[in-house]
Amino acid sequence: MVVHAEIRMVHRGGSKINFREPVITHDSRFLLCAAGESVNVYSTSTEEYVHDLQGHTDLVTGVVLNPSNHLQVYSCSADGTVRLWDFTDAILIKTFIIGYPIYSIYVSEKHGGVVFLVVPMANYKSSELFQLVAVHLPHSGDQEVEARELSAVLCDVSHHPGAASFGREGEYIAAVKGLQLEVFFFKKQKSYRFSLKSGMKKGAKNAFTCVSCHPKEDCIATGHEDGKIRMWRNFNQKKEYTYSTLHWHHGAVNTLCFTPEGTNLLSGGIESVLVHWHYTQENQKDFLPRLGAAITHIAVSPDGSLFCTSHSDNKITIIQSCVKVSAVIQGLVKGDGVWTNLIIDPRSKALVLNGKPGHLQFYSLHHDKQLYNLDIVQQEYIHEEGLDQFEVVKAAFDARGDWLATVEERRKKGAELEINLKLWAYDELTQSFVLNTTVTAPHEDRITAMFFSPSPETTMLVTTSLDGHFKAWLLADHSDANEGFWACDFVGGYHLLKPGCCSFSADGSLLSVGFQEVVTVWSPASWELLTTLSQPPGAIRDLCFGRLSCSKYLLGASTKNQLCCWNLLTCSLEWSTPMDVSLLQTDPLSENIAAFCSQSGSSDLFVFKPSEPRPLYSQKALCTGKVQHAVFAPRDQMLESCEERTQWLNRSQLYFLTQHMDLLTFSTKTEEDRLLASSKQLMVDDSVAVTPFYLLLGKHRGQQLEKQEALTNPMAERTQLPQGSIAIKELLHTPAHVLPSASFLCAMFVRSLLISSSSAREEKEHEEGEMEREKEEEDSEGEADPRLGESATWGHPEEFGAPALTKAQERELRKVRTFDHSWLSSLLDC
Amino acid sequence: MASFKSTKIPIYPKLGEKVTPDTLYWKNYKAPVQIKEFGAVTSIDFSSLAPHNYAVTASTRIHIYGPFSTEPVKTFTRFKDTAYSGKFRSDGQLLVAGCEDSVVRLFDVSGKVALRVFKGHTKGVHVTDFTSDCYHILTGSDDYTCRLWDIPNSTELTSYKEHTDYIRCGTTSKLNRDIFITGSYDHTLRVFDARVEKSVMTMDHSQPVESVLLYPSEGLLVSAGGRYVKVWDLLKGGQPLVSLKNHHKTVTCLSLSSNGQRLLSASLDRHVKIYNTTNYKVVHNFDYAASILSLALAPDDESIVVGMTNGVLSIKHRKSPEEKREMVGKQRMQPVYRIFVKGRNYVPKKDDFLVSKPVKSHLAKYDKQLKKFNISKALDTALESWRRNRKPEITVAVMKELDRRGTLKNALAGRDEQNLSQLLNFLIGNVVDPRFTPVLVTATEMILDIYQAVVGQSSVVDRQLVRLQELVEREVDYQQDLLEVLGMLDTLFATSLPRKECFSVFDGTSSDFENP
Repeated sequence: MVVHAEIRMVHRGGSKINFREPVITHDSRFLLCAAGESVNVYSTSTEEYVHDLQGHTDLVTGVVLNPSNHLQVYSCSADGTVRLWDFTDAILIKTFIIGYPIYSIYVSEKHGGVVFLVVPMANYKSSELFQLVAVHLPHSGDQEVEARELSAVLCDVSHHPGAASFGREGEYIAAVKGLQLEVFFFKKQKSYRFSLKSGMKKGAKNAFTCVSCHPKEDCIATGHEDGKIRMWRNFNQKKEYTYSTLHWHHGAVNTLCFTPEGTNLLSGGIESVLVHWHYTQENQKDFLPRLGAAITHIAVSPDGSLFCTSHSDNKITIIQSCVKVSAVIQGLVKGDGVWTNLIIDPRSKALVLNGKPGHLQFYSLHHDKQLYNLDIVQQEYIHEEGLDQFEVVKAAFDARGDWLATVEERRKKGAELEINLKLWAYDELTQSFVLNTTVTAPHEDRITAMFFSPSPETTMLVTTSLDGHFKAWLLADHSDANEGFWACDFVGGYHLLKPGCCSFSADGSLLSVGFQEVVTVWSPASWELLTTLSQPPGAIRDLCFGRLSCSKYLLGASTKNQLCCWNLLTCSLEWSTPMDVSLLQTDPLSENIAAFCSQSGSSDLFVFKPSEPRPLYSQKALCTGKVQHAVFAPRDQMLESCEERTQWLNRSQLYFLTQHMDLLTFSTKTEEDRLLASSKQLMVDDSVAVTPFYLLLGKHRGQQLEKQEALTNPMAERTQLPQGSIAIKELLHTPAHVLPSASFLCAMFVRSLLISSSSAREEKEHEEGEMEREKEEEDSEGEADPRLGESATWGHPEEFGAPALTKAQERELRKVRTFDHSWLSSLLDC
Repeated sequence: MASFKSTKIPIYPKLGEKVTPDTLYWKNYKAPVQIKEFGAVTSIDFSSLAPHNYAVTASTRIHIYGPFSTEPVKTFTRFKDTAYSGKFRSDGQLLVAGCEDSVVRLFDVSGKVALRVFKGHTKGVHVTDFTSDCYHILTGSDDYTCRLWDIPNSTELTSYKEHTDYIRCGTTSKLNRDIFITGSYDHTLRVFDARVEKSVMTMDHSQPVESVLLYPSEGLLVSAGGRYVKVWDLLKGGQPLVSLKNHHKTVTCLSLSSNGQRLLSASLDRHVKIYNTTNYKVVHNFDYAASILSLALAPDDESIVVGMTNGVLSIKHRKSPEEKREMVGKQRMQPVYRIFVKGRNYVPKKDDFLVSKPVKSHLAKYDKQLKKFNISKALDTALESWRRNRKPEITVAVMKELDRRGTLKNALAGRDEQNLSQLLNFLIGNVVDPRFTPVLVTATEMILDIYQAVVGQSSVVDRQLVRLQELVEREVDYQQDLLEVLGMLDTLFATSLPRKECFSVFDGTSSDFENP
């Protein structure tokens, strides 16, 4: 199969922003965090995305401020480079090539020009052994510098970035791994090791998880798997070390952090409570509960005023003066899995999928930003491992987006299943969904599929379940003053077979339900079984109807590598092909159907029309693993590509989710160019956070600035042109309120620049200009004229003024001309 | 930072009566006024004239009551024997009554002595009525005859001897002066036309007929007899339209509510049932202390008057709209509310600087404990006696929440005898409630696991455990019986339903899918 260069697979949205500890800049205005292959810069006050630092070719694994220059930042990546950036302007200053994949980076003020990196041990490249190395960054003017001189500091360290920390004034570094704490003193060049017993009896788990050193005193705080925090003191000798224990967490301590003055210790774990220990009074602690999800990292701003916590649901919370959450930066939540399919909300065109536990997230694909979370389960989430809690497993929107149906389920170990079906009505007033009906135990077993009827007259919901039934739910009458509620209208089944999937035809007049090998076709109006279709062997995995001109076709994918297409007019098999289709997805705006096939560990994509034998587009080896979720998202603007290969992307865009929860999409070259152009257009002053309000106001400002430029430019011209024309003088001395509009003056102004130096001619020209101005006022074509006038006068100096000009003057003039051009065109454009 | 989400208490559909507009309408009556008469009240009739007095026939007297009086405004006592069926003429001036001594008497409402006396029947007269032209009287008697009398010269006009048993009810047409209907203990209803010698229509009620009623349009006839109320379509030649069997004793009286939308039937089983006349479903029900013999509604349903076998007359007046509002207003003016609302309804002025105060969300007691992860205390608060007894769903919801958190076992453990017996009492009371069974069964199992070591140490707990065991065994047997019945019903339905539907709805065993 030919790989088409014009269609490219691109990552879309939702890179992990909680992967590594974020960094707050010295002035507390920006927050930097590793996000996929780039470093994102956010504003701490408005939580808006400012810009990103792009350059790494693999996952960024660490970000630290340059201790010698607080406007610079080091980042390290798995691609084996350390890069130095100016983060305010997003400029790459230097690239240091290390040559090994780097897992984390540490710096200290005392060790200027040295970075400490965690890299895999050279001779055990395959194994999971890592070492901490010091790298002297060479001073040279080059952009790219090779820094391959590594000196090992500690061997066998954890690759986890929280497992090492610099001590007071960089005198020592503490690292933990397993049951061992190792402290390396730089002065003595000696390391001490302290071990704990495994303590598996009595349920204690002593393994270290993280470490943090007090910035002013000789004290090391370590976190443990059983939730204890140990404060180590007097560790500069092997024997007489002491430690005290603090215990509040019931799960493992994920991260520890001292405040810059060392007065407080912050700790966080799965409980999603930020615990705030007072260093001097160790029994006193403050809590900041219910931060939403397990805390993975804590960072403190250098002045100690801001804390920020990263959470396991891809979120960064900024906390002001240890009590108030001031901002939340939320990425695309990637939970344990996506059980609901990818869905497009017909109203907001947002992508809807599982978000935080028990929530649905609405994610804007165009802005790559989470819009909001809808709380479906409405129950307190207990942050504890090993608990079965309600999860949203199915969701569906009706055609207009007025109704949302969700299914949540909770499977207790060895006990019966709890299922709730909830129906949400869209409330225009609050612009969100409001719970309308809750059906407890709508089915006796798992719900396998749920769809709304697309017909505009009736709002009908169909659910199929493993209990062998499918149910149709209808909105009961609106006779009462309050809104109606949903009730079961019909229960259907077929020979006690388990229905696995269902699909409505585009107009809602037919419902097909796949009962293992048999496809049944029903009429939702009368609930009559119209026909049955079957193509054994293999149970039906996915069903879909054709759209528009292909609406007479019904496609079904079966488990035994078969893709069948039935003609519903003749009730016979139109064609079938041996394909292991894992997912069928129809484009709501065209006849196209996308089929994802899994073949030998990777996925292939075919886009085809049911009526045509040849696929429109195919791509082998899309990604590894099965593609389970995909969706066609309608575009805002239709693309006008007439190329056959890319035509299927004109109306909507195909998004899919790989096994590793990466959200990918297809894009064409023209589209990318357009996007690039628009992003350039939106470049704004980086020092100010970009908010929608700023964009609104900024545009205005920009226009005003341009106008001002237009007005001040003549001034600049005058200094450049020593002779100075009378027209300009007059222009500058006349009061502004009697002047004609600036655009009108341009023509005259340009002409005034292009004439020869003799003042007599100038006089004449000036008069001519006056006359012309009057003329132009009459036919008011001043805007279009200047270029013409300019080209007409282009040859002017050569013809008769040439001998009068010196070479220098000529050069000067040319410069002016080129300058003029841009000046004018910008003016004309706006 | 999200706030604590309180425990969800599921709302169960209220068992019992549903609140419908009908319920609200028929409940809107004041407490009944009760008047003791001398004997069983056999008939009540409202005058159609403005103050709407009503005549109550009981024993040998007829009392006339004003709309709001508890003392009779007028009494007719000139009867030698039990009086029957005191009826007003449509102009409200004359009153006719039958008597066990076979004499029919006609009274002037303002006078005392009978104006006319009609003699001719040989046995007690139970039915009397005026024809629509006001000049004739219809009577029906235990001598199996019904007769028409002329008022001015008090002569008998016609006599019909078609019934073969006592005539105990009858009514005249309000639209046609010649037509009247009688019902008899010979199970028949007969429609007579005074211009014809014989009855023009006969309907078989199959029970002794106790009461007949014509719809205002006179297209439909309602008859009551035995436990049945039957509706007949007169325009279709007396076709039975519907037969209602909602009482479990003889239905004695029928009445229409003033707008004709509702039909009321009173019975010896002490109930008054109200039917919707479009679908003949019971929409409301009144209970009385004794068997009811007579029932009447004032125009516009202003009052409901019921006469019973023990001689008690019960009068219910409709609440006036002002009274209703007053009741609501009184509740609102509670001092607690006034204090609570103080300052809350202040509307800020234009230049006021508004300092917003964070609204403190109120949490229930058990939620406060749950928020602090005090699981045993949360369960204790949920088990407080009033909550346990009056709102078991809260207790069960807290248990469910604890179970979800995986800490129910810890919460249930470590209780002393008194606490445990309290818990067991709750389980005994609710474990077989289908709403709570799934949660409480797990809780019961946990309790048995935890406390099996101490069984036999306390007689109270042991007794309760035995009770619980019996209860569960009984419930299991009951469920088994129910399943058996369900199986039987399924078979019956499967045989009776057409083949095509049966396999779609009931998973029958037909096998007609195609295999191409």
